[in-house]
Amino acid sequence: MAMSDTAGAVTRTWARVSLLRESPVGMVGAFLVVFWVLVAIFAPVISPFGPNSNDLDALVDPTPNAIHWFGTDMQGRDILARVIWGSRTVLTVAPVAVAIAYAIGSLLGLLAGYYRGWADTVINRISDIILSFPAIVLYIIVIMRFGPSALNIILAVIFIASPQIMRIVRGMTLELREREYVAAAKMRGESALYIMFIEILPNARGPLIVDACLRMGYTTIAIGVLGFLGLGLPPPTPDWGGMVKDSYALMSIFPHMALFPAAAITSLVVGFSLLADGMREISMRD
Amino acid sequence: MQFATATETNSRPGAGAGKPPVLELRNVSISYFVRAGEMKVVPNISFKLGQGEAIGLVGESGCGKSTVAFAVMQYLGTVGRVTGGQVLFEGKDLAKLSPAELRALRGRKISMVYQDPMSSLNPVIPIGKQLMEVPMIHFGENEQQARARALQMLREVNLPDPETMMTRYPHQLSGGQQQRVVIAMALMAEPSLLVMDEPTTGLDVTVEAAVLDLVARLREKHNTAIVFISHNLGTVVRICDRIGVMYAGELVEEGPIADVFRNPRHPYTRGLLSCIPTLGADKNSRPLTAIPGQVPSILNRPKGCVFQPRCRFAIAERCSQDPLPTLSLSERHRVKCVRAEELPSHDKLPQGIEAVAIGDQPVDAEAVLRIAHLRKTYHQSTGMFGGKGYDVHAVDNIELEANRGQTLAIVGESGCGKSTLAKVLTGIELGSAGMVTLAGKEISQIPVEDREADTKRAVQMVFQNPDSTLNPSHSIGYVMERAIRKLRGLSGREAKNETSTLLKTVNLPLEFASRMPRQLSGGQKQRVAIARALAGEPDLILADEPVSALDVSVQAAIINLLVDIQAKRGATLIFISHDLSVVRYLADYVAVMYLGQVMEFGRTDEIFAPPYHPYTEALLSAVPIADPDVHQRRIILEGAIPSPQNRPKGCPFATRCPRKLGPICDNEAPPMQTTASGHRIACHIPLDDLKKVDKVVVA
Repeated sequence: MAMSDTAGAVTRTWARVSLLRESPVGMVGAFLVVFWVLVAIFAPVISPFGPNSNDLDALVDPTPNAIHWFGTDMQGRDILARVIWGSRTVLTVAPVAVAIAYAIGSLLGLLAGYYRGWADTVINRISDIILSFPAIVLYIIVIMRFGPSALNIILAVIFIASPQIMRIVRGMTLELREREYVAAAKMRGESALYIMFIEILPNARGPLIVDACLRMGYTTIAIGVLGFLGLGLPPPTPDWGGMVKDSYALMSIFPHMALFPAAAITSLVVGFSLLADGMREISMRD
Repeated sequence: MQFATATETNSRPGAGAGKPPVLELRNVSISYFVRAGEMKVVPNISFKLGQGEAIGLVGESGCGKSTVAFAVMQYLGTVGRVTGGQVLFEGKDLAKLSPAELRALRGRKISMVYQDPMSSLNPVIPIGKQLMEVPMIHFGENEQQARARALQMLREVNLPDPETMMTRYPHQLSGGQQQRVVIAMALMAEPSLLVMDEPTTGLDVTVEAAVLDLVARLREKHNTAIVFISHNLGTVVRICDRIGVMYAGELVEEGPIADVFRNPRHPYTRGLLSCIPTLGADKNSRPLTAIPGQVPSILNRPKGCVFQPRCRFAIAERCSQDPLPTLSLSERHRVKCVRAEELPSHDKLPQGIEAVAIGDQPVDAEAVLRIAHLRKTYHQSTGMFGGKGYDVHAVDNIELEANRGQTLAIVGESGCGKSTLAKVLTGIELGSAGMVTLAGKEISQIPVEDREADTKRAVQMVFQNPDSTLNPSHSIGYVMERAIRKLRGLSGREAKNETSTLLKTVNLPLEFASRMPRQLSGGQKQRVAIARALAGEPDLILADEPVSALDVSVQAAIINLLVDIQAKRGATLIFISHDLSVVRYLADYVAVMYLGQVMEFGRTDEIFAPPYHPYTEALLSAVPIADPDVHQRRIILEGAIPSPQNRPKGCPFATRCPRKLGPICDNEAPPMQTTASGHRIACHIPLDDLKKVDKVVVA
């Protein structure tokens, strides 16, 4: 019974996603995101060089040429290859971090909004404290304290995004808990967990999907900024932000070294934002 | 007390005779242009409105009433357009006017009153200033003149203390007062045409009666022509001379009120008239006749007669002719039905207000539910840091009982505590004091989570809002099977079988199990909600305004369904409503609530005949009745319902009671007077005096 309903839910969700075709903006966003996802998946196939293989000949003239389309960096590494491999970093760290932040934020938001009272007070105060710091400062503190690594970046994103997600879910829960179908569920003796996850959460999905797309964009920016500050993935892992930082000193002579990774960051962030816009457009439909 | 009859208000000798019409619609068609293409909302409509005349446009939701109103105002937004015909105002084609000319006309010669007064008033400008703008803009008056005019207008709409009213902000007024201000503003420039779109729909019935009375009086005085849009036939009878019945964008019947109500010719008009309960009938005397089927979607309108698919008189060849001619039965009575003249006369349903004996009721029916001295108090804290706050007595010392297999109706206006009472009975809220026993077990102190499985099964509820009663993420089948599993412990095949049985009980096809709530109409959702409540074979069904959000034709079907289910299953029904006609029809017992207290309780026939509690009397007089031949004694209650925090010390109704005795009413709680048959009235006026009044409603 529950299975068939889940299957139904999947078809319905897919039907909604295919509505995206009617939103040109959303389609552009989806194209950009799908493009980068494919690049990340097929990196070993499409990358002309290994991300860390040095071409010492190229050190003489690192500018783009027939062999190195995007040019090479100061160590003679192919920039196209590093941009391609770098997409793997971003597209692993960001989704994992956002997904976990969503799990934690949703749970806390549901608890706070559904039970209210002291649970709400405690959860809210703690997130108020976290949110009262500028996000970038928090990122820096967390990474400086625990050291730069993929795992620590994920933890930092979770630490900062969860309270924000909690607030959204809490707000929606406060509204949805008053719906008559929630009262009906209580009257037939459903558990609090069932009501939170089966009755309330699915109906909050619209705004949450939009927010998740936006948040993927923010997280991409954050990962870029951390890389640029030298708090990203430790070298030699290809990292878009780190690539910009490494070429910073040579920016005026060899702008291509920073330009391509920066363009990669921008296109992915824009992709997520446009996708979010498209999602918002279709969610406003009915 | 004056005896005003509906017919008296409606006959306005010489109204509009010989003068050019104020408003004329000639073959007007209106479309909305949306993503899906052009929606011809109103294909072709024509009517005339003479000076000082009032026409009521009625019909169910989505039939194009408001669209016509907006077309008259030439204000259809960005997607709507008048695609054909002419809207003539005092002979001028409104489509040919420039935006500047239109602006000069709107508010000066044509005014509009909307359903929600709050959306027509600017929340940050005091009432007085908003009113003064009208003469200052349209007549170029100076501030003093405008002020004097505003004050006079506030007096005319019976607002207390106009001087202070001028300085108030909209949110400081009650809904009824706000609507009066909007009406005052609309009439300020003495327009020749007033368009009112559901002006009383959000108001309580006693407030509605006062507003309608006001509109009728002002119309008389200023000789304003009115286009009055309503879904409630009763309000139209009170205000208008003529009625236009709309269905799926077409004016299917139009004529003088008396003609249309006494001799309805269009099958849809007849359908509408027989599906609304009037105060005369109850479930034992006749069932309500619902109109089968649904309003067709605008995108695939049937050829010929739009009502044909739902019409029991339809003859395919004749009714499909396109275009369908409009028949004139008399000079002013027009019908869009080819069979109008050959249909049998509409048998007028028994309207006798003489109490119909309520079956052979077992006198010693067993009380299943007893409510004793029940109180529910909410503490309202003031200010940010809690402060002292105050208590709101939402339910105050209620004493009621409901018998097995019978219907107890709880009536009252908003804020009377009827929904709070339901919440306590369901266990969603806890009682603050007193007892509620269900089959001998106390339940008011146990939150719903902690109730025994059997109590949960026994008490189920049907909610008010069809759009929030079903979880939009769950299919109907899932909802039903889940309820069956939780309440009856059945699963798998058994649950599926039970689902189909229950869907059949509420007259829904089996395929609905795989549908999602958004694919269902309001009435269908409400049927599913009833089926869900029945899943556990409950002993007590609470229905909180289950039909108030539905169209009348659907409403009748749901009411019939409830009557039917109750008769078959013998469950006790607690029916919470503000609509006395429905209550009269459905209930065996009635409790009338006001500000958290039960003012009157008794058998339905006793409630609708003297002795009345003065509040019940006022309520009965306020109910709009869709029958021009029914005479209602007019008792207009002034003032608003007091807010629960400054409730009168003595009788809660003392501040508005037209029969108030004196200080005793203000200072002492009224005694509960009981007759031999168990009819209880909480009032200081002795029973004998209460008996000495005439019936409020006389056919």
